[in-house]
Amino acid sequence: MSWIFLRDLLTGVNKYSTGIGRIWLAVVFIFRLLVYIVAAEHVWKDEQKEFECNVKQPGCENVCFDHFFPISQVRLWALQLIMVSTPSLLVVLHVAYREGREKRHRKKLYVSPAMMDGGLWYTYLISLIVKTGFEIGFLVLFYKLYNGFSVPYLMKCALKPCPNTVDCFISKPTEKTIFILFLVITSCLCIVLNFIELSFLVLKCLITCCLQKYSKRLKSSACECHDLRYVECGVIAAPPLLQNCRSDLAIGASQRGETKPLF
Amino acid sequence: MDWGTLHTFIGGVNKHSTSIGKVWITVIFIFRVMILVVAAQEVWGDEQEDFVCNTLQPGCKNVCYDHFFPVSHIRLWALQLIFVSTPAMLVAMHVAYYRHETARKFRRGEKRNEFKDLEDIKKQKVRIEGSLWWTYTSSIFFRIIFEASFMYVFYFLYNGYHLPWVLKCGIDPCPNLVDCFISRPTEKTVFTIFMISASVICMLLNVAELCYLLLKVCFRRSKRTQTQRNHPNHALKESKQNEMNELISDSGQNAITGFPS
Repeated sequence: MSWIFLRDLLTGVNKYSTGIGRIWLAVVFIFRLLVYIVAAEHVWKDEQKEFECNVKQPGCENVCFDHFFPISQVRLWALQLIMVSTPSLLVVLHVAYREGREKRHRKKLYVSPAMMDGGLWYTYLISLIVKTGFEIGFLVLFYKLYNGFSVPYLMKCALKPCPNTVDCFISKPTEKTIFILFLVITSCLCIVLNFIELSFLVLKCLITCCLQKYSKRLKSSACECHDLRYVECGVIAAPPLLQNCRSDLAIGASQRGETKPLF
Repeated sequence: MDWGTLHTFIGGVNKHSTSIGKVWITVIFIFRVMILVVAAQEVWGDEQEDFVCNTLQPGCKNVCYDHFFPVSHIRLWALQLIFVSTPAMLVAMHVAYYRHETARKFRRGEKRNEFKDLEDIKKQKVRIEGSLWWTYTSSIFFRIIFEASFMYVFYFLYNGYHLPWVLKCGIDPCPNLVDCFISRPTEKTVFTIFMISASVICMLLNVAELCYLLLKVCFRRSKRTQTQRNHPNHALKESKQNEMNELISDSGQNAITGFPS
């Protein structure tokens, strides 16, 4: 089990994503996951070994390191990557549920199990909101835990068993700051992409609803017009015209039924 | 998850690249990524452990190391390779979008004479013309910018491409000016020069590809103007026939809509 497992899971998500969702996946894979594995992990490799305090008191270094780094930045980064990637699996699970349902009932229940309509649209929306929530949450946590996004080269520590206030030096602080800033920037980019996708989905849905209402009004006014004409022209054209009106209404109802499945 | 994933991403672009583009991808993966993974990471593996300063003052070594190496060479190369490879993703996305649109038109029944089925659309090699030409050219332009920027950053950060065997450091908490010794400076210099040379070659390949694409467009345009000059009557007849056809179709539609209801 390694990052390859996550990569394979997420590759499946690609099929059910929108265009912006695919850009988000590319950013996560290349600028976050790949950078983490080939570069960032190695920067923090010897963080405790090279953490040095200006004191010979045994245990002082350990206590100070634990105080300043309750959880290593690189582990927090890994957790963030995992938590941010997993809401997309909700969509995969929902599509799998739909496919399972079609198999059980042995008939076509949906236009396409992967089509983003009805319940799947809500699942996708929820996954976007949860993803964005995790991103913002982890950024806030990072900021609060380490008092900002920069790593200082020197920290003063006066915890027991240190005899007085000692200087503790962190290894590679500049390189760590650069990578943390990189993480923050890519995280913000992903948040922006999520917001754009969210707005796009909501706007698309509103526009589709408005268009459907408008076309319904047009059809109902066309039917009224046909009825009026029946009254004017006489009995001859009545049944087929009435049938046309009814069939239009029937088509409208069945179309509505296809495009908005309950789940 | 490693460089192999990047290779899979970029390998897909290979099909739609020019020959120079294919050479560029080969140079990137064999002479840069492979060298980085197989050799350079071993050379820089113990860089901080074996960085020694002539002092017992705790913290002096850390501070001096951080001052002389704000970002390690291999991390900078890894970032450079990632940034230089990503513009190719623009081309991959454009091709994917083009295929998606073609498939949509095929399903509507519009391009049935051009393709047999959807698999045919997926296997088709997309030609570099029209909007894809602009995407491809922009990706090469960004590649050149990234290569040049990283080479400049390297030069700026390390005062050149040569690593000295001793550095003088007087930063607090070092008590005075101390000597600090880098591990394996000659080997690191050799690899630095190798990677910089590979970078320069890649940049030259990108410039050559850009020139090739620009020349191709100019040549195509001049050929078009030449055929228009050689057969002006034919071109004029064609345009007049098109106008006539449009007029006929317009008048036909008006005839239908003008029928009293």
